[in-house]
Amino acid sequence: MTNTMNSQLSAVPESSTPRVTIEIANLNFFYGAFQGLKNINLKIHDKKVTAFIGPSGCGKSTLLRTLNRMYDLYPGQRAEGEIVYNGRNILAPGLDVNMLRARVGMVFQKPTPFPMTVYENIAFGVRLYENLSRGEMDERVEWALNKAALWGEVKDKLHKSGLSLSGGQQQRLCIARGVAVKPEVLLLDEPTSALDPISTAKIEELISELKGEYTIAIVTHNMQQAARCSDYTAYMYLGELVEFGETDQIFMNPGRRETQDYITGRFG
Amino acid sequence: MPAEHSSKQYDLDLEQIRSKVLLMGGLVENQFHDALECFRTGDADRAEQVIQADGQVNRLEVTLDDACSHLIVRRQPAANDLRTVMATIKVITDLERVGDEATKIARAARSMKDRGVAAINHYETVRVIAASAAALLHDALDAFARLDAQQATALIAQDKAVDHEFRSIMRNLITFMMEDPRTISTALDTLWVAKAVERIGDHAKNIAEYVIYVVEGKDIRHTDYAEAVSNNKAKD
Repeated sequence: MTNTMNSQLSAVPESSTPRVTIEIANLNFFYGAFQGLKNINLKIHDKKVTAFIGPSGCGKSTLLRTLNRMYDLYPGQRAEGEIVYNGRNILAPGLDVNMLRARVGMVFQKPTPFPMTVYENIAFGVRLYENLSRGEMDERVEWALNKAALWGEVKDKLHKSGLSLSGGQQQRLCIARGVAVKPEVLLLDEPTSALDPISTAKIEELISELKGEYTIAIVTHNMQQAARCSDYTAYMYLGELVEFGETDQIFMNPGRRETQDYITGRFG
Repeated sequence: MPAEHSSKQYDLDLEQIRSKVLLMGGLVENQFHDALECFRTGDADRAEQVIQADGQVNRLEVTLDDACSHLIVRRQPAANDLRTVMATIKVITDLERVGDEATKIARAARSMKDRGVAAINHYETVRVIAASAAALLHDALDAFARLDAQQATALIAQDKAVDHEFRSIMRNLITFMMEDPRTISTALDTLWVAKAVERIGDHAKNIAEYVIYVVEGKDIRHTDYAEAVSNNKAKD
């Protein structure tokens, strides 16, 4: 039985593409006079993992930090354009950025547990938004640590300092802290760069479990990690989005020569 | 052609694999040619040499598969590099089979010689199909060496002619066998030779399909891609 090429060549119809959680339109970003992002247009799909790859300085972390207005903390940094999340442009003035950062959580490359107990690391953020009883808080802490696949390892050390955990455990603690406030989106900025292969594998496994409930954007230097973990991949270079597409297609047969050169190690 | 990798060793490894594949291609082309000559002339000694030469082809298959595995584990190739390695692994298998088919032709030549049959008439039966298959194999290897997808596409359609020719030969041989049962053994040997030649044509077509996979990223096996392309060309 042969099938014709037509069925193989037809594009995926619009109606079957997943829901969009964040839509980035005409985004430009400036560090003072220097332009870090140039006219970015991109959709982050709901409950999918979108990976950002590209050489150092290409703007991937910059882009991630616009998605929860992290750059607000630094004077001289500004964003222009639109990032539409839940029907609102989050770059517009008058937005409650604390609420935004609860809904759009972030995990950094270097694990950053608070200098508090494991329990307090989780409870601290929750307390800012919710008024829970002691029992409810205990449940929330256990739930978050379970979600981060850490509960089994720390349940007998909840009152030990978060800093006493190993690197991989600290990173999972940060992920637990992020999910405890019930976000919709998780932004992971090179979450496993500082970790050994076993911790990395556990976190990648965690990402694959979390994506059923959260939309995830991940910046990574490790291309194989992007190929393993993500549904969509964006290749960036010098502040521009060079190519964006389904991960399988980007890694098997990318559209742009520049993308192919980067992922095959032809750095010129 | 794509630019060089930042790692020179990577490019060197790829080039070594490429040149060994082309060496293997040359070996099996020669085997095929020599086997047909044996069938034509009844030269049993030469047939024996062809059969022995298959060992070298088999050893190359093992070496090349090993080299490809090492490349994958070291480099985790992606995109065009990955498609090239995957296609190479498959081409190696097809070439090894071509070597086996050539060996079958040599064995048939040897068994006819043992029976004391004059080979020349039976060679005539397969002369045309053999020339077509030899050209297909040569062109397929050429398309692989130059990664020429257009040449590969044209080739795929030509294999149908070889298949057609085989069916025609089979009908003729059946007729001979029915007319004179004394010819059955020889006719069957000739049929196996024709079948081996037809299989070589199929392997050449497979190689052409892998060329398209490497160049365009499309896996067109088991489709009517080549026909569709030539129909579209006819419309233009």
